[in-house]
Amino acid sequence: MNMLASSALPSVAASPHAGQLGSVSHVMLKVMLALAPATACGFWYFGWPAFNLWLVTVLAALAGEALCLRLMAKPVVPTLLDGSALLTGWLLAVSLPPWAPWWLGVIGGLFATVIGKQVFGGIGCNLFNPAMVARVALLVSFPVVMTGWVAPIGLTGAQAPGWLESLQLTFGGSVPDAYTSASLLGQAKTELSRGVSLLQTFANGLPVSWSGMRPGSLGETAVLLIAAGGIAMMLMGLITWHIPVSMLLAIAIPAAIGHAVNPARYLDAGAHVLSGGAMLGAFFIATDYVTSPSSRGGQLVFGAGCGLLTWVIRTYGGYPEGVAFAVLLMNALTPVIDRAIKPRVYGRNWRGQPIAPRKEN
Amino acid sequence: MGILERLNGGRWGVHPHDDHKRPAADTPLRVMPLPAKLCVPLLQHVGAPAKPVVAVGDSVLRGQLIAAAQGAVSAPVHAPSSGVVTAIGPVTAPHPSGLPFDAITITLDGEDRALEAAGVDDPLALEPAEVTRRIADAGIVGLGGATFPSAPKAQLGRKLEVQTLVINGGECEPYLSSDDSVMRHRADDVIDGVRILMHAVGARTALVGIEDNKPEAIAAMREAARAFAAIRICPVPARYPMGSDRQLVEVLTGKQVPAGARTASIGVLVNNVSTCAAIHRALRHGEALYRRIVTVNGGAVAAPGNVLAPVGVLVEDLLAFVGLKEAPARLVMGGPMMGLALPHAQVPTVKACGGVLALTAAEIARPAPSACIRCGSCVKACPMGLQPLEIAARVRAGDYDGAASLQLDDCLACGCCAYVCPSNLPLVQSFQHAKGTLWARAQQKKRNALTRELADARRERLERDARERAEAAAKRKAARAAQQASAAAPGGQEMPS
Repeated sequence: MNMLASSALPSVAASPHAGQLGSVSHVMLKVMLALAPATACGFWYFGWPAFNLWLVTVLAALAGEALCLRLMAKPVVPTLLDGSALLTGWLLAVSLPPWAPWWLGVIGGLFATVIGKQVFGGIGCNLFNPAMVARVALLVSFPVVMTGWVAPIGLTGAQAPGWLESLQLTFGGSVPDAYTSASLLGQAKTELSRGVSLLQTFANGLPVSWSGMRPGSLGETAVLLIAAGGIAMMLMGLITWHIPVSMLLAIAIPAAIGHAVNPARYLDAGAHVLSGGAMLGAFFIATDYVTSPSSRGGQLVFGAGCGLLTWVIRTYGGYPEGVAFAVLLMNALTPVIDRAIKPRVYGRNWRGQPIAPRKEN
Repeated sequence: MGILERLNGGRWGVHPHDDHKRPAADTPLRVMPLPAKLCVPLLQHVGAPAKPVVAVGDSVLRGQLIAAAQGAVSAPVHAPSSGVVTAIGPVTAPHPSGLPFDAITITLDGEDRALEAAGVDDPLALEPAEVTRRIADAGIVGLGGATFPSAPKAQLGRKLEVQTLVINGGECEPYLSSDDSVMRHRADDVIDGVRILMHAVGARTALVGIEDNKPEAIAAMREAARAFAAIRICPVPARYPMGSDRQLVEVLTGKQVPAGARTASIGVLVNNVSTCAAIHRALRHGEALYRRIVTVNGGAVAAPGNVLAPVGVLVEDLLAFVGLKEAPARLVMGGPMMGLALPHAQVPTVKACGGVLALTAAEIARPAPSACIRCGSCVKACPMGLQPLEIAARVRAGDYDGAASLQLDDCLACGCCAYVCPSNLPLVQSFQHAKGTLWARAQQKKRNALTRELADARRERLERDARERAEAAAKRKAARAAQQASAAAPGGQEMPS
């Protein structure tokens, strides 16, 4: 029985003595897999400059994380391997104009992980979605570059810049005027502010696109691939339907009502849901674990708040797009929502008091 | 799990993808040969420890009473085989602390001479009170792990006019199959025990919940219950912790047990299948509860399976019987989800021990804990509807009252949250720590209140004594003065001061 020498056994071990052996990096990897098709489609539509921007943004986010960990004397490599900084950089990159210059990605990536995440204490501690913190910081600091959209001329098309040319575009100067284009939301806002009705502006039909062949941020246009990625995440058990569905409904319902009342002033539900970052926000941004409520009821409220605020900002605010602002505002409310809306505990009512015994035989 | 359910985040509990129940569950039942000695603990149940009625040097027979119940909630203990009592005193308890508890050590003579036992031919003709008395005398306690003495439980059920018995054949813990084995091989005993218990309680129906990962047990039990319309065999989904009484009651009756209350408050009494088999043996054969089927399993075990073993056998002897193929990294009494890690192998089994696991390093390996990412997996998994991540955040911050306000008290310690946590946080450990701290605080508060009460009483008493003394002195003085006055009065002379 020398196999049972007590020295081989740990003195104290708590149950459970089994586990699923998951890890944070597994979770992040699955999210990245779900996001990859929409991103690849963005590269396909917007060409090499989009890839360059994605790469510098991700690298900058990783560098910011590594720098902070180094300064705080925390383990650098294991933390970087959890994949969260990579995902943050990735989410920021797909929400940037695809032909933005390299420094925008670098500043954004560093801002996301340093100010958006590590200042709060690193993974799990940040109150606001780091990618959206960085996007909003860039938007208010560099409004012109952040709204410099290009038409999706493709990776290999005749007009598309080659790889070397793309380096010049990303690291050299500005986007030639020939490539620039306006987004639906931007056009609507500009024309409305000039007093032109939407019916006039979009007399030839709304430039909405299911395929994603439209001007917009790097990874936000391929709405079908984004939705497919979102559903894949649900099937993998990473997220539930509550936030995406409530957010999209809360954009679509007020939009539909407004459009029915005054089509000259309000865009319709389809234009709202298929434009800007609504889909990307609903499936990949608002569902960020750290900054969203943990109960299903809370998630419904959170998603609805994100959606409604997005519509309000787009319709009445100074910016054409409102997903990032809406998500940040609701992030601030997450602790309050978590406090107010809790799951009903077994054997208790919603107020937490024991239920009355129900005897029936 | 259907797609819609998956999109909704699934229901409570976890689905261990490999429950490790087979091949151990499918191997034939083995009877353990008698070891050299047994250490039969005096406290194998909820309530007061049993009181020894034998002395060191006494010879005992199998089935002989060696320690009697003490008080209303207690259970007697019987000798599992014949031999001589060689010690009565502390042995290591099956608990990670390695703290001792009292046991009667019997050095066996190997002859296994039994006390003459008499059962009854028709227990259902007995008065319910007589059935309960026999259950009490046989030392039967809840064998599912709760270890509440079965006789007072039945009495409570009768008093509260419980109409429904829920018979727990869930056995949701991975690795374990002792209840499965009882149902497969002794289905008739179980069903007979259920009928006797229904008679004792006065219940009209019995619902036997069996997880659907035990088709052989379901078939055997259906066959055994065929003749009894009042007993329904109900397959339930295999989902841990289905064998928890609250969860099983809800799945079978649709009713939730109010927080802090017993199932009897909603007219349901829960008993384990092995307990029912023990009740059958006690009533029909007059056999006390001194042996049971134990699952010995785990990656380090050479021949895992179910073993009929005497209560009080040392884990060391049990493992020697099944053999070890490598040195275990952890010994666990019970299942891997809620079982207790043993400090070493010189620990006796108890009546409620359904399994002993010898786990390898690979089986217990968990990555190092990392920060909580608030993914909410624990919220989805919690069968009680708690928010483990929020409770853990408060415990981490030392805010125990905050943790209590999130109903920490309702936590079953089932381990679902820690099982699914991608950050591998020791959630159960932190909850147990917080519960312990809150309990210690409540005890301290009680003690302080008692001390204050005693101090107040003492001060009052001292004040009263002083007052009474002063009053008595004043009275004496007045009496003396009156006496003197009356003595002086006839002469009318002034007293010299």
